Amino acid sequence: MAGRNLLSIFCNGAPGRYNEMTTMKAATQFDTLRERRETQQDLVAVAMSGGVDSSTVAALLQQQGRSVVGLTMQLWNQRRLPMLQGDGPAQHRCCSLDDVYDAKAVARHLNFPHYVVNFEEQFESRVVRPFVEHYLAGRTPIACTNCNTDVKFEPLLRMARQIGAERLATGHYARIRRNEATGRRELLRARDETKDQSYFLWGLTQEQLSRSEFPLGELSKGEVRTLARRANLPVAEKPDSMELCFVPNGDYVQFIHAYSRERGTPLSEAGGEIVNEDGEVIGRHNGVHNFTIGQRKGLGFAAGKPLYVLSIDPQTNRVVVGEDEALRRRSFEVESLNWVSIAPPPVPLRASVKIRHKHDPAPASVEPIGQNRMRITFDTPQRAITPGQAAVFYDGDRVLAGAWIR
Amino acid sequence: MKRVYLDYNATTSVEPEVLEAMLPYFSAEFGNASSIHTFGQRARAAVETAREQVAGLIGARAQEIFFTSGGTESDNHAIFGIVSSPFTSANSSTSARPHIITSLVEHEAVLNACQALAKQGVAVTYLHVDQDGSIDPQDLEAALRKETVLISIMHANNELGTVQPLEEIGRVAKQADVYFHSDAVQSAGKIPIDVNQFQLDLLSLSGHKLYAPKGIGALYVRGSTRLKQLLYGGHHQRGVRPGTENVAGIVGLGKAAEIARHSLANDAKRLSALRDQLEHGLLNRVPHSRINGARAVRTPNTANLVFPGVEGEALLIALDLKGLACSTGAACSSGAVEPSHVLTAIGLPTEEARASLRFSLGRHTTQADIDFALQVIPAVVEQLRQLSPTYQKEAAAKT
Repeated sequence: MAGRNLLSIFCNGAPGRYNEMTTMKAATQFDTLRERRETQQDLVAVAMSGGVDSSTVAALLQQQGRSVVGLTMQLWNQRRLPMLQGDGPAQHRCCSLDDVYDAKAVARHLNFPHYVVNFEEQFESRVVRPFVEHYLAGRTPIACTNCNTDVKFEPLLRMARQIGAERLATGHYARIRRNEATGRRELLRARDETKDQSYFLWGLTQEQLSRSEFPLGELSKGEVRTLARRANLPVAEKPDSMELCFVPNGDYVQFIHAYSRERGTPLSEAGGEIVNEDGEVIGRHNGVHNFTIGQRKGLGFAAGKPLYVLSIDPQTNRVVVGEDEALRRRSFEVESLNWVSIAPPPVPLRASVKIRHKHDPAPASVEPIGQNRMRITFDTPQRAITPGQAAVFYDGDRVLAGAWIR
Repeated sequence: MKRVYLDYNATTSVEPEVLEAMLPYFSAEFGNASSIHTFGQRARAAVETAREQVAGLIGARAQEIFFTSGGTESDNHAIFGIVSSPFTSANSSTSARPHIITSLVEHEAVLNACQALAKQGVAVTYLHVDQDGSIDPQDLEAALRKETVLISIMHANNELGTVQPLEEIGRVAKQADVYFHSDAVQSAGKIPIDVNQFQLDLLSLSGHKLYAPKGIGALYVRGSTRLKQLLYGGHHQRGVRPGTENVAGIVGLGKAAEIARHSLANDAKRLSALRDQLEHGLLNRVPHSRINGARAVRTPNTANLVFPGVEGEALLIALDLKGLACSTGAACSSGAVEPSHVLTAIGLPTEEARASLRFSLGRHTTQADIDFALQVIPAVVEQLRQLSPTYQKEAAAKT
């Protein structure tokens, strides 16, 4: 498989010493190879976080004879909200200097130009502030999707092009394929399903996809680590980052409090009632941002049967709870639809719909109900359909479209 | 790849003659300048010669020069040393907090030192500047209080090149009997400095901005100044600045100061001609470009231009990839560009501050370098504007 061939290009010793035949054979594993051959001297920008994935991307592209420039985004000022930094190892902190130094160390090791670029303002206005506002409105946002759609593949891609790179490569686990029949770029799930990140990439336009490369889409995480080791990357053994990057200690509730305080709108009055399905008050909560649909832990009171959050009403500041069975629903609405691998089809459409990162896509029908809005109806009820999360429509490996759950 | 360096305000190369003067002090002449034996005496002689050379550049006496690790230490020593001096607090009325006057466009070494003191209860006034970056001496007079213990105003601004009216400031300081410090890191070697003409009590210098190595600097302290020491240690430099002297660095700074004293007038004439040529060329070839600080008296080597519709950060990187080194704003610890406090202080809106780039010329800048810059920059700006949605929108609205 692809990964094995790619591994082989590192087996011939020092970087740059492997023979070209092997390189080309390895590269044929990528769907976009033909284009690559034509633009081999062209500059490709690599979005480098300082982690093993994006560092390996840079190594792979360079091994293919591409001219690489590394860009590391400064997204969040670590001096802000210092109480949230915790005392864990520095590499788990957002935009920590260690990560920047790691990215620079990789660039030095592979000897290509690298720059740190400041997108703090865009990150705050397009990712952090909406994240907090959604939670306060009783929704459960996905910051990574906004970051991809509105930061990485928007201002960062634009900057890549402005500095002379036609394309931007990232360490995402997903694949892009050009459909010769339709002329569209298709977004596909990663070969390694456990690492697949296509769920977070549904917001990309055709233009963005045509200028993006995900070289890890064919590889497993294990293969990426092996490649990193063979290339002697200084980050080869660096642990994966798990948390949301700007909430390094994982405590997003604490983050929302600190951020709101910093903005001069502390959440002292955020408390409200917990009610059952009949509207009876059975407890109190200290802010809707503490809850997500389907949550059991942290309801703050004991009940005879396990109770789960069924819905959150920001208007009345109420959290509705009930038994597990009541969490299962068939039908829901989505907005801000983006068609990815296919043009808007004659509907209704059948698709496998995934409603959160860790959800197994389930068969559903999809019908339009207005401008960029759809109604999705699962064949069988699904648990905890959560406003603020994304519904992504798949056909096998292909991402057909995605939208936000209302 | 051909690389052209137009970032001399960031740092300079060590002049070959400077390097040559330094080399013996790493090996054959390795003595500790405090040692009594001949090895030490030879090192001492070299240090004292350098002190005279540095003094000569600024019209000071040799015993008023103290060698430091660079501009940042010199600034910190001057500010903390005056404000925390027991004599200072004794002079000001018993309970009142001491007061410092500085400006909004100072280097971070001054600004952050003042902010640290402000946290300890010291009052700080930051003078505003006009659209070209100059302070108004009348504002300074108005800001004076009886508790004022220090005026710290830079000589030349690192980003704009704007030269502050030190002579007038010195007169105000003298009249008010307040200590006067100037960060002259960006002016030393570029324009004449005379500590007596400016009535300065303290002045900061940095080696690597005038063709000496990094890690060496000097602080001028007028003889009568009551300055508290920052570091504690041996009796080196009369206890004002303990620590074994960096003999090679000191020799380098001395040699560089001597060269600067002799070449200053010629360098200034040559560089201002090249700088003007660069500015006029860019104004002519890049539509809507403007010079920041154009009406001010400026150092001869510095040009700061705004290219509306462009992200300075992207322009900087694109130019670097084409072989032209220049700078924008100030780099933060990660190396990312932060909005410049200087450009904000002269009233530039954020997007124009972000669209600004600094080109600073130096002794090794040639006509060919300027030709290269004039060839590369307009094309790259155009390429960036093509991909700038806001610029395209504005351009479309105008047609």
